[in-house]
Amino acid sequence: MSINRRNFFKVLGVTGATLAVEKKVQGSTNSNEDVEFYGILYDSTRCVGCQTCEFSCAEANNLPEPEDYPEIGVIRKTNESRRTVVNAFDTSKGEVYVKRQCMHCNSPACASACLTQAMHKTNEGPVIWRGDKCMGCRYCMVSCPFDVPKFEYQSPNPKITKCDMCFSRQQEEKVPACVENCPAEALMFGTRRELLQEAHKRIAENPDLYVNHIYGENEAGGTSFLYLSPVPFEELGFNTSLQQDSYPALSKGFLYSVPSIFVLWPIMLLGIHKATKNNSPKNDEDE
Amino acid sequence: MNKAESIVLNDNSSIKNRWKFLRNEFRPKGKMFTWFNVISVPVILVGLVIIVIRFWKGIGSVTNLTQEVPWGLWIGFDVVTGVAFAGGAYVITFMVYILNLKKYHSIVRVTVLNGFLAYVFYAGALLLDLGRPWNVINPIIGNGFGTSSVLFLVAWHFLLYMIAQLIEFSPAIAEWLGASRARKILSGMTLGAVIFGITLSTLHQSGLGALYLMAKEKIHPLWYSEFIPILFFVSSIFAGLSMVIFEGSISRKVFSDQISAKNHKAHSVIVHNLSKICAMAMFAYFFLQILVFVHGKRWNYLGTPMGNWYLVEMLGFVFLPMVIYFVSYRNKNITWIKVASVITMLGIIINRLNVTVIGFRWDAATHYIPSWMEIVVTLTVLFTEIWIFRWVINRMPVLRESPAWVGENH
Ligand code: SF4
Ligand code: SF4
Repeated sequence: MSINRRNFFKVLGVTGATLAVEKKVQGSTNSNEDVEFYGILYDSTRCVGCQTCEFSCAEANNLPEPEDYPEIGVIRKTNESRRTVVNAFDTSKGEVYVKRQCMHCNSPACASACLTQAMHKTNEGPVIWRGDKCMGCRYCMVSCPFDVPKFEYQSPNPKITKCDMCFSRQQEEKVPACVENCPAEALMFGTRRELLQEAHKRIAENPDLYVNHIYGENEAGGTSFLYLSPVPFEELGFNTSLQQDSYPALSKGFLYSVPSIFVLWPIMLLGIHKATKNNSPKNDEDE
Repeated sequence: MNKAESIVLNDNSSIKNRWKFLRNEFRPKGKMFTWFNVISVPVILVGLVIIVIRFWKGIGSVTNLTQEVPWGLWIGFDVVTGVAFAGGAYVITFMVYILNLKKYHSIVRVTVLNGFLAYVFYAGALLLDLGRPWNVINPIIGNGFGTSSVLFLVAWHFLLYMIAQLIEFSPAIAEWLGASRARKILSGMTLGAVIFGITLSTLHQSGLGALYLMAKEKIHPLWYSEFIPILFFVSSIFAGLSMVIFEGSISRKVFSDQISAKNHKAHSVIVHNLSKICAMAMFAYFFLQILVFVHGKRWNYLGTPMGNWYLVEMLGFVFLPMVIYFVSYRNKNITWIKVASVITMLGIIINRLNVTVIGFRWDAATHYIPSWMEIVVTLTVLFTEIWIFRWVINRMPVLRESPAWVGENH
């Protein structure tokens, strides 16, 4: 069924492409495949835990500099004043660092949850937040499977904060601040397709170094932030039981049923009303 | 009261008379020192102070919400539970206007009023919970139509349903003001509003459950399933009706002067019949829950503390009141029907909180427990609603009969 639908849309898309500018049609497709989202590949075998990404993120977003550092046994979390953190893990292959931030899902739960489209998956790939639209309902936080969006609980004019992959820098043709400054080249910026190719290449060339799993290739329907690791991802605090389907798919069924109920219910109700009208002994006109 | 009515009915409808009537009506009536007033007034005052602090210093200054648990008591209780209780309005209007079961007619107005006020106040409570409430109109004016959002649907439905309920209730307002022409037009719109309102209710009662569909890993598996929307919808039927039974038994005491002898008698018959509908709806719900349980292969959870809590909810607060409803329907025992309604309502509170608060992030290291200030604000919302409810009941023909000029055919 879903395959049929997909084919149907492909046909539609091809027809559309002959009519419209091809690039535009591609850009507006928001599905998993065939989209040239930009993303970041993070290779934890290269990361040295120096926190340069944290510092450059703070600088780029006018946030306070981090005062703690990665430590085994301590899980540092992102919060309203830091959008990325590096944590250290004691694994079967020794100490490994992991940078965490928004995953920039291909089909993000946060954006589909947002009733004002303040959370928005840009055609370029970054998932951004727009303060002029947001009403601060925090439904994005409820829905994000990675618990990424944070809320400024202590402010009368609170913002939702999270990594936006330096969207404004990208608009100026610059790469995200963390990528630019990483001294160990653990971060790589590019289109998701290029990054996946690169990741597969690294695994193939060095099968002893990496586990054969790119976190983010399929998790939550695929993400624009991709991870390589020397050890199974559970050891690095990743949730590996996340579903492979996108999260918005979970409420699709409900939302699809809405229009039909809107059409069927009134007709049915009116029908019952007419049918039962004469049954009642006292037949009141109005009310 | 009668004097006021006659002023209007003299109906040279001079503006001055109307003005006098309204001024008179807005004056407080009744005793000042009832136990309800003595409790509610201080709570409301403290609540208002807390609300000021909340807008001044941020939501975090009065609530215990965290980054992991962004929705607490104000959403889980005020909105999600409150709307379930307000479900009586769509069920009763369905029975009266769609099934044409006229015997329930005498409780339509009070139920619709209750529903309407519930929505107004819970939508109000929602505003308190919004971090950036000045943007609340964005999804209405189209500064972002988030059509893929369940919350978008729910928000629109709240708004539209409030309008539908206002139309359903408006004849009572027209009767109060002695506006007979307006009354005629407005009551002509009732059927349309009812049909629209039932459709909206079906969708947003289930929609409140659907809100949590994306929080798949965050809700305890005993309470998460793809069927939450259906479970929420079915349970809203008996939640609403239990509220009707409960509210009716209180209103009958408090406002006994408003109710005619005829309706007094009719009320017992109504309660008796409602208990059967409750029992049936609860049976369907219980059966659905068993299906979901088996379908989700949930046996493994039963030994755990959360599993025991689940059994308490299902057996103690669904199965038990269902049996009480059923047995006391058989025995025509109104007192036990009321007992069942109270247990059922407690069960609904437990169920909604289990999904939204207790089972949400049940595995987190630190649990969210509402602050006393969140509780006081919740009570403030509730008490203010009751104040308004009482104000309306004492003035408009809600419990009492419509004024004579409405005629037989009312
Ligand atoms: S990780 Fe969360 S916040 Fe980031 S895009 Fe995905 S759903 Fe949105
Ligand atoms: S808090 Fe803001 S960004 Fe998040 S879902 Fe609500 S309106 Fe959208």
